Amino acid sequence: MKLIVIAGPPSAGKTAVVKQVIKRYSGEKRCAYLKIDVVRAFEDEELAAEFGIPTKKVYSGDVCPDHVGILVMKDAIGWAASERADIFIVESAGLCLRCSPFTTQSLGIVVLSAISGVNTPLKMSAMLALSDIAVVTRTDLVSQAEKEVFREKIREVNEGLDIIETNAVQGTGLRYLFRAIDEQAEISDPEKIVLKGAPPLGVCTICVGKKEIGWQNHFGVIRKLEGADFLFRGD
Amino acid sequence: MIHIKKYHTNNQYMHPRTIEEITILPGKNRSGNIENFSSITIRPGDTISIVGPTGSGKSALVNDIEIFAHGDTVTGRTILVNGEQAPEDFVRDPAKKPVALITQNTKCLADMAVEDFLEMHVRSRKMTDERIVEKTIALANEFTGEKIRPGVRMTSLSGGQTRSLMVADAIIISNAPIILLDEVENAGIFKEKVIECLRTHQKALIFVTHDPVVSLLSAKRIVMKNGAVECILEPGDEEKEALAEIIRMDQTFCRMRELIRAGEIIRSVNPV
Repeated sequence: MKLIVIAGPPSAGKTAVVKQVIKRYSGEKRCAYLKIDVVRAFEDEELAAEFGIPTKKVYSGDVCPDHVGILVMKDAIGWAASERADIFIVESAGLCLRCSPFTTQSLGIVVLSAISGVNTPLKMSAMLALSDIAVVTRTDLVSQAEKEVFREKIREVNEGLDIIETNAVQGTGLRYLFRAIDEQAEISDPEKIVLKGAPPLGVCTICVGKKEIGWQNHFGVIRKLEGADFLFRGD
Repeated sequence: MIHIKKYHTNNQYMHPRTIEEITILPGKNRSGNIENFSSITIRPGDTISIVGPTGSGKSALVNDIEIFAHGDTVTGRTILVNGEQAPEDFVRDPAKKPVALITQNTKCLADMAVEDFLEMHVRSRKMTDERIVEKTIALANEFTGEKIRPGVRMTSLSGGQTRSLMVADAIIISNAPIILLDEVENAGIFKEKVIECLRTHQKALIFVTHDPVVSLLSAKRIVMKNGAVECILEPGDEEKEALAEIIRMDQTFCRMRELIRAGEIIRSVNPV
């Protein structure tokens, strides 16, 4: 089974890219899909209805979705294997853009929208730096100059990154993505999968919903105004 | 630790950017039958119109050309460059791409001054000609009736001004040998002027169009139907008189439009 992790900002076109991948391999390989989102997600139902593939979703609620994605990933690989999937696609909501949910033994795809402004690649450098492929969507909507500059900015963050430009709804230019999926190795040992980088996954008591102000009301990594860096409070 | 996968550039694919010809080889229509032509060749300086009703496959043909299809799109067409499969960077690297596609949806989103916008493009291409921005704006101004000033913001340009600037940018800064214009003709640009200029710059120009002037000005017309090329017209002198007449009418329209803009009362369609 191959593992594909797709991340990127909301409305970048992640699900449109996922649909093109499932369509490309339908009848040839069995795909399974997991969506990790914060409050609501509909993609799993849509994809199950459209392609009849096994899908699942996880709501992360008060915890960072990328963090939850990492926590559930091992169980999810087991689930996809029990569904006899050849390709397991994990789509992450990717909200704060400081995180990078990409792991070893997987193909890490970051999806960016060309209409999100030429400085966007610089703002999501953590995700770009650890991905294998950047898919730039909606390139049909922007001027040649902006397309070229957008690409330059991606290369500024990750010089060697493979960049694929597409109108994901039509699927133009995705032949290079499919080639990368074809060439991607299968998972060799799920026990050995690790995150490619250490993301700033804050799981302090604020992250999980305690609203009181002041470090005295919190546990975990805390900070006082004066005299100290980050401290650990608790067991 | 940052893991970086190197982008491979295969040396055997390193072609100079000289395009002598583009060849379109037939695919299939929606019923699965082979298209009705053996091959279509496009050379620098050619003007071609793609015509046909909505849904007949015009934009799909343009997309095939833009990505140099090799039997891997819905149409099954193959597009060759100088008789060979196109090198990968022709498709993947916009700075090496020999095709500039400008559609009715193409927009400039950056809220920047015209000269800064063009300067940004020039910088990303690492070009050194200092007067190139000025030249691009001057050319754009030949295509449109409303003058574009270098300091005006991109977002406040009219549709016609934006298209004119994009075409001028494609010719001068992108220096693309093939320019595809997908239904952009009705946006207040001087069609004859654009076509004439592209011919003198030795660009191949392909229009998706419903416009009579543009269609008749093109040397070749590709007629689309049911997702496939139905036939290819090369009218030659047969349409000469109709062309002269439609150009006169078009000039009348342009003149009237300018007069209406200027706040005049229009008492006659052809004022003396």
